[in-house]
Amino acid sequence: MNTVKDPKYMNPYLAGVLLGLVVLAANFVSGRGLGASGAVKSVIVAGVETIAPKHAESSAFYNNFNKSHGGNPLNSWLVYQMLGVIVGGFLSGVISKRLTWKVEHNPKIQSKTRLMFALAGGILFGLGSQLGRGCTSGSALSGMAVLSLGGFISMAAIFGTAFMLAYFFRKLWI
Amino acid sequence: MGPLVVNEIISENSNLLLAFFIGIGFGFVLEQGGFSSSRKLAGVFYGYDTVVLKVFFTGAITAMLGLLFFSLFGWVDLSLVYVNETYLWSSIVGGIIMGAGFIMGGYCPGTSFCGAAIGKIDAYIFIIGLFIGVLIFGEAFSLFEPLFMANFIGSPRISEFFGISEGITVFIVIIAAVMMFWAGEWAEKKFPREKY
Repeated sequence: MNTVKDPKYMNPYLAGVLLGLVVLAANFVSGRGLGASGAVKSVIVAGVETIAPKHAESSAFYNNFNKSHGGNPLNSWLVYQMLGVIVGGFLSGVISKRLTWKVEHNPKIQSKTRLMFALAGGILFGLGSQLGRGCTSGSALSGMAVLSLGGFISMAAIFGTAFMLAYFFRKLWI
Repeated sequence: MGPLVVNEIISENSNLLLAFFIGIGFGFVLEQGGFSSSRKLAGVFYGYDTVVLKVFFTGAITAMLGLLFFSLFGWVDLSLVYVNETYLWSSIVGGIIMGAGFIMGGYCPGTSFCGAAIGKIDAYIFIIGLFIGVLIFGEAFSLFEPLFMANFIGSPRISEFFGISEGITVFIVIIAAVMMFWAGEWAEKKFPREKY
């Protein structure tokens, strides 16, 4: 149809194979999977240490992070990988002509509603990713790739819950 | 041979540089697959667009099979590859909270950065939420700690846990994935929607 105005997305199975190869590359090169929420955590730890160093020292969460990582929290694998994600997503958007500022939402709801739920969803996802030791990328996808039991549990819990709650939030999407 | 950094074939600095390039591949594939759109992502939960299911599970089985082959060829030592730790309760409860965040926010952390990269304002707001959520967890850590540390069972692979070989495990996951792909294709025909 209108292919010029609306460049199509890649075949999902092809995109899946390429995604799998990226996960494979990460394991081959670095012996680890991909991630996203870990980079957010690094920024939070770095931020709290800079703004309130005394407070960071007295809190187990920030101390545990430093014990297991050491050095500047921003100088971490996941932070560099996430910077790459932003560049890669941007390049793809340029190539496929999808760069536009917009609030994407169901026309049946106001953009204000969409943004409120985006904020609430982000807060929950951020919190849950810390409790669950990783998000859809780090725990579910990369965990499943190495057959981690925890990865399969995360995947089932995330998708299972979203399916079960879908009915209650249907007005947001359909 | 692999993992390259663990076997000191490449330096720590090269590792971080390669992380950046791996990230570019990750972000590029996510965006090309349509993961920069919350309405496409949420589609899987209503059946009108099951791209999440297709990309996610194709990705998972490709990576599983790839690692199995690489190990067979002697290209990667699987015992040196990081396997996520399993804390049963925090994994389940964390997953439930993330699932609620997914259906409300329409993104997960990786895809939200991807959406933000092409200008989705809702993705920026979601990311602000992510930072708030992580900060809440950090500040209230002592509250979450008992649950966070409960039921640690090491880093078992699902194959070890059920006492079956890795090959058979991957085979079963592939069969399950193909059945889900079939269900996904069916759902898209059953719950079609106008262009969005």
